Amino acid sequence: MQLYLPIAEVSVNIFLLLGIGGIVGFLSGMFGVGGGFLITPLLFFIGVPPAVAVATGANQVVASSVSGVLAQMKRKAVDFQMGLILLVGGFMGSAVGIWVFAWMQSLGQVDLFVQIAYVVFLGFIGATMLQESLRALMRTRNVNAPIRRAHTHSWAHGLPFKMKFRASGLYISVIPPMAIGAFTGFLAAIMGVGGGFILVPAMIYLLGMPTKVVIGTSLFQIIFVSAFTTIMHSVTSQTVDMMLALVLIFGGVIGAQIGSRVGVHLKAEQLRVLLSLLVVAVALRIAVDLLIRPDELYSIMPGVLP
Amino acid sequence: MTRASTRKSGHIRRGLFALLLCALPAQAQQAQPERPDSGEKIVSGLSQNRVSITASFDGDEILVYGAVKRDAPAPEGRMDVIVTAEGPSGPVTIRRKARVAGIWVNRDSVNVSSAPSFYAVATTGPLDKILRPEENRRHAISIDQLVHLEAAQAALESWVARGGDPDSVPLFPILLSEGEFIRSMIRVWSNEGRYRLLENRVQLTEQTLFRADLTLPSNLTEGVYRVRMFLLRDGYVVATHERWIRVRKEGLERMIFNLSREQPLVYGLVSLLIAAFAGWAASAAFRLIRR
Repeated sequence: MQLYLPIAEVSVNIFLLLGIGGIVGFLSGMFGVGGGFLITPLLFFIGVPPAVAVATGANQVVASSVSGVLAQMKRKAVDFQMGLILLVGGFMGSAVGIWVFAWMQSLGQVDLFVQIAYVVFLGFIGATMLQESLRALMRTRNVNAPIRRAHTHSWAHGLPFKMKFRASGLYISVIPPMAIGAFTGFLAAIMGVGGGFILVPAMIYLLGMPTKVVIGTSLFQIIFVSAFTTIMHSVTSQTVDMMLALVLIFGGVIGAQIGSRVGVHLKAEQLRVLLSLLVVAVALRIAVDLLIRPDELYSIMPGVLP
Repeated sequence: MTRASTRKSGHIRRGLFALLLCALPAQAQQAQPERPDSGEKIVSGLSQNRVSITASFDGDEILVYGAVKRDAPAPEGRMDVIVTAEGPSGPVTIRRKARVAGIWVNRDSVNVSSAPSFYAVATTGPLDKILRPEENRRHAISIDQLVHLEAAQAALESWVARGGDPDSVPLFPILLSEGEFIRSMIRVWSNEGRYRLLENRVQLTEQTLFRADLTLPSNLTEGVYRVRMFLLRDGYVVATHERWIRVRKEGLERMIFNLSREQPLVYGLVSLLIAAFAGWAASAAFRLIRR
């Protein structure tokens, strides 16, 4: 069954879209990532124009994150206090990111910039996470291995403006979470993603938050960052396709519910290994595109480059 | 210089003619013959002159049919018919990837001032056999005649401004290198089904009746599509004729598209509300199922 998308101006198979929405929603519910870094390349692949894919992806991420947060809230796994601090930083970072994006666009190399950002950040974070989580997994198997504490005292604990984060069981300065939020917001605006794949490891490894709170809190912050992105895209580039979003969302919200239930039955270490493998796979896929000679060297874009 | 100015006024006249035809779609449309000695005219019709893009739109078929009207017996010589369909034109950028420091990046680009978003040519025979090159240039029939390079147009204008003859433009070196871009663009868009050359796909009966079936792809752009018909004698165009098809989004597609353009902020907020509601509804539905 074909569906004509009014903004993308292409006709696509409706079941294919439901499937993509479902898979991304499933991962989103399981890992607490928005899934933007997956949905955008998948939409390119089925022939949706890049600008529409990025903007509509953001809209779909809002729905799957809302669904995911509600599921996590019932398990009391959302640290709202931390979420708000991250959000304050997030909006500041995203404002800067939108400005940098416009600057890169005027240079005419925004595609390359986005691709390199994907490879560098996804690759680095994925590899680091994979290494860490594999070590953690080995430790659970081997009881005699040296124990590393989840959060050790470091220079970060000497910073001012300390605050008690009850849900996370932390007493730390608000500066590191705000900085992480800002960095995530910056990347989110440039890469057209929610930023969960950066937030999740940052909260675990940099802030020392317990994994069970991390997913819900990350989703909470992603809702607002991607909502902001959706509005920005609808107003500036008018590339949000409501029809496309609707079908993706329908598949996505169902997937997210199933994903968050499956996630409960997996161990935190296993979850982290799976997420890091996924992130590394996407980074490698994009790196391959950059390194291997493409079949078609020419590409055609409506409109004229400035 | 004088030839250049007559060319321009010819364009304007053709434009006015097009406007008239748009205003009076019901009237029988007959074009003047290009060669005065032939005395043949085309009379034609389309199976539909509107295409509605609805949610379930998956391409469409248009039947173009017509007849050759004569006052005298048919003249000697090979007769052919060409039917073209052309979507709305717009500027396009063609980019070529090159290897820079080990990675493939978009390096060179060429701006095209105008290229049709869709173009199909149906003929009664091989295009290069039935149509003379000078006639092809004059009537802009094959697809390469419709893609206009920005640089080429600027070069042509400056050539004419310096007193050059517009019909014998020298091949500028810049155009030779950019010709590769145009050929690639036509290749890529032909592979995507946007540009189609349908040789031997116009059926000609008794040297009088002709018909062509044109398939419109599912990724259609909105706008007015021009259908042109050419009657050829020994490679010369002896009669032309034009008709229009309106392609428009309808129903829900129209509503969504209009809202996104006229009220972008409202559109964004509605998209968000739908997303948030869907997220909540799924969560609530699953709670019920689990109970």
